[in-house]
Amino acid sequence: MITLTVNGKTVRAREGSPLLEAVRAAGVEIPTLCQHEALEPWGGCRLCLVDVTRPEWNGWAKMVVSCMYPAEEGLIVETHTERVVETRRVVLDLLLARCPETPLIQRLAREHGIEKTSYLPNPEPTDCILCGLCTRVCDHIGVFAISSVNRGAGREIAPPFHEAPPDCIGCLACAEVCPTSCIPYETSDARRTIWGKAFEMVRCPKCGKAHITKAQADFYAGRNGVPRSYFETCDACKRQEMARTFSKLSAGAVGGMETGKQGNRETGRP
Amino acid sequence: MRIDSRERFDAAVSEALAGREGHETEILVCCGTGCLANGSQKVAEAFAEEVEKRGLKAGVGLFTKKTGCHGFCEKGPLVVLQPSGVLYTKVEPRHVPDILDKTVAKGELIPRLLYKDPSTKKPVERYAEVPFYKNQTRIAMRNIGKIDPADLGDALAHGAYAGLAKALFEMTPEQVIAEVERSGLRGRGGAGFVTARKWKAARKAKGERKFLLCNGDEGDPGAFKDRSIMEGDPHSVLEGMVIGAYAVGAHEGYIYVRDEYPLAVVHLSLAMEQARQAGILGRDILGTGFDFDIRISRGGGAFVCGESSALMRSLEGKTGEPRQKYVHATERGLFDCPTVLNNVETWADVGAIIQNGGAWFAAMGTDKSKGTKAFSLVGKVKNTGLIELPMGTTLRHIIYDIGGGILGDRPFKAVQTGGPSGGCLPESHLDDPVDYEKLTEAGSMMGSGGMIVMDDRTCMVDVARYFLRFLVEESCGKCVPCREGLKQMLVIYDDLVAGRGRPGDIERIERLSAGMQLGSLCELGKSAPNPVLSTLRYFRDEYLAHIEQKACPAGICRDLTAYEILESCEGCGVCLKACPAEAITGEKKALHVIHQGRCISCGACYEVCPTDAIRFFPKAELAPAAAASRGGAS
Ligand SMILES: Cc1cc2nc3c(=O)[nH]c(=O)nc-3n(C[C@H](O)[C@H](O)[C@H](O)COP(=O)(O)O)c2cc1C
Ligand code: SF4
Ligand code: SF4
Ligand code: SF4
Ligand code: SF4
Ligand code: FES
Ligand code: FES
Repeated sequence: MITLTVNGKTVRAREGSPLLEAVRAAGVEIPTLCQHEALEPWGGCRLCLVDVTRPEWNGWAKMVVSCMYPAEEGLIVETHTERVVETRRVVLDLLLARCPETPLIQRLAREHGIEKTSYLPNPEPTDCILCGLCTRVCDHIGVFAISSVNRGAGREIAPPFHEAPPDCIGCLACAEVCPTSCIPYETSDARRTIWGKAFEMVRCPKCGKAHITKAQADFYAGRNGVPRSYFETCDACKRQEMARTFSKLSAGAVGGMETGKQGNRETGRP
Repeated sequence: MRIDSRERFDAAVSEALAGREGHETEILVCCGTGCLANGSQKVAEAFAEEVEKRGLKAGVGLFTKKTGCHGFCEKGPLVVLQPSGVLYTKVEPRHVPDILDKTVAKGELIPRLLYKDPSTKKPVERYAEVPFYKNQTRIAMRNIGKIDPADLGDALAHGAYAGLAKALFEMTPEQVIAEVERSGLRGRGGAGFVTARKWKAARKAKGERKFLLCNGDEGDPGAFKDRSIMEGDPHSVLEGMVIGAYAVGAHEGYIYVRDEYPLAVVHLSLAMEQARQAGILGRDILGTGFDFDIRISRGGGAFVCGESSALMRSLEGKTGEPRQKYVHATERGLFDCPTVLNNVETWADVGAIIQNGGAWFAAMGTDKSKGTKAFSLVGKVKNTGLIELPMGTTLRHIIYDIGGGILGDRPFKAVQTGGPSGGCLPESHLDDPVDYEKLTEAGSMMGSGGMIVMDDRTCMVDVARYFLRFLVEESCGKCVPCREGLKQMLVIYDDLVAGRGRPGDIERIERLSAGMQLGSLCELGKSAPNPVLSTLRYFRDEYLAHIEQKACPAGICRDLTAYEILESCEGCGVCLKACPAEAITGEKKALHVIHQGRCISCGACYEVCPTDAIRFFPKAELAPAAAASRGGAS
């Protein structure tokens, strides 16, 4: 562990861990839009900018994105210097021009004193901020169904050739991770559609709930060498079964133990 | 024959030299991309044919060779005769018999093929006397135009690999780095990073595998120095890279060549093959036990792929997009191994530095910028082309002495240096010595050495907009300030040139620029505001005219400019013929008239009028009725 200061407060951090963790440990709030703890940091939204310096730099400081800059001993981090706040404002002003109707962006902009963008509002408003979280989560799962296409101003997120992505398994991870919920999907016990592709659902053999697509079960089974039936059983039933086995094993020793806590998932959203 | 010792190397050089002794006259036909496009291949073939036909080859010791670009493509195809040094320009196959019969056989010159100095209008006989060449000092381009790039022997006869032999046989890796440090060599590809410092860091970095890369992506529009080096003297690049590899302890290298440079790939591949066979590349180089080999990789086809982290991503087989890095590539670069990346020109300098010593190189240039630098001089100058000069040469010397001054002797307005994200410098900076620091201080940059000269018929707002339009397409779009910032900046500029500028636009531009400089992920976004800020700094009045008077002082922005014919019109009718909109009427020898409703403000009439009887003025001054009918007509 190393020690550094964030806005004058001393905090301890793992050496090389992203500065953002130390910033949050110090109780300081800074906006982030392209960062998620399950994924590699990417550095695209530029909102988590901070100033860093060291005593031996004689007053010189550099602006870095805290989601990627590695924590190091003795670093002095300032999260709200004038130029950092101003740059963050420019970025939010630009995002508001891109996504004038998106509640998340409107809120963040307002928190930074921007009610109306100083730029030309997008004549075709979109909710996609191009944070790349969807493509990165899909890559992380190992599916690589969607990607960002085109350079520059024409950049967008799309399946190959703008057609239903052949590799997509319908897991919805992209839609769930999307900070502005702008990836449309529909799901029911019978069918699920996302990215223009329809999926057949698999029902849990225990409770009958449809919680997973057939393509997902095939994909996971194929990758992990675990029998398909394992994935077909829904998480709730799996936990119940496990708890049952566990309480049988430890019968008497741990009486009336609580079974699995549900949904403690950290969404990473502000 | 494989060269495996100092003796064998010296013997190979002597042999190469001896092989050339019989050549009483060498005919050098430029076969660089520029001259090839102008038909130089046919000229070279014609020489070969005619020489054969006359049975001259063995008898008179005549020798024709195809060389790389001489930098003067505008006058191509070029032919140089050696040793006399006669330069012929715009040579066609039909001139070949005359050249052989008159110049080669009898020493007579052919006046119409000689280069004419645009300022003195006199023909210049010798290559070395042409002002374009006379004022140059060539190090990186030392052998371009002299050697046949497809012939290793020819390169050896001209001193190629002498620096490599010295490094491998006489110096330790540390001594090589010290020599490069003494030379003061800085990167020729952009930022001007001290080369020796990179090498030292990579040498020190721990790692079994280390990589050495050559950046031949050259994405700046109009730049062609790296292409010329790779095509015209690929050996200088290979020599520099093998020396660098020895210095840092790398065994694997890549040359990343822009996809549009097929000839560079052919010449590099051929040079690498010949070098491998000669024992200069690959295993056990020159018998010293040192191994280093190079692969060629074709670029990803985008400007941003030339950026260090994007280039490495691209080499790893991923999308060529910049990555935020807080660790130097010299520690963790390609495949997370210690990596040195240098520009083509940087590598081409290295062999000469080792051969002649760092002090020799450092004797040229300024305090912090040493040696020479290649520039591509384009725009409104009389001589355009590729040149190499000592650092510290003034812009005035480059534009007026080498470039021959402004086309049509019009007034100079600005010179844009440093590629798309460089800046524009005005007249008051013409006497600035060109070096990294001076250009940066003035709000521009060295970049890869592009120079675009502009005359008084240039609108600086429009120029900034032109570069923005390039950058908005080339931004990779990963980060918000660059992607959205460029898009919005362009919106502001589109308004400015269309007369929709508003008070406060300058402040908006400045604020957005600061946000992009501080907030962007890579240098593309960080430096993208340079064209904007430098034009604002030196030509603020022009911005104000666009915003406040809705006027374009240079008469370039069409929506703001109108034309009319003055009383002094002699009725020659030249303008009438030039007008693409049929907006001019008039009888021969009588005053002509422009019909404002039809005029599209293209300026063609203004350019052609022989008596300067056409003037432009702000469209805002037109009677409102005429302006309205113009609006209705379009
Ligand atoms: C957008 C962008 C494009 C670049 N393109 C090139 C290029 O085409 N060739 C090049 O040598 N360097 C280019 N660079 C600079 C490289 O990132 C790098 O600094 C350089 O290759 C290092 O070599 P040097 O130290 O010898 O100059 C570019 C940089 C940026 C930001
Ligand atoms: S739903 Fe499809 S595109 Fe989205 S993360 Fe899952 S596999 Fe990838
Ligand atoms: S779709 Fe959502 S997650 Fe994907 S880039 Fe756009 S905003 Fe980010
Ligand atoms: S600054 Fe521009 S080119 Fe560089 S990463 Fe950001 S968007 Fe891409
Ligand atoms: S400016 Fe162009 S369109 Fe107008 S009169 Fe002259 S030539 Fe014709
Ligand atoms: S959260 Fe760090 S750049 Fe987006
Ligand atoms: S290609 Fe011949 S001078 Fe450039």
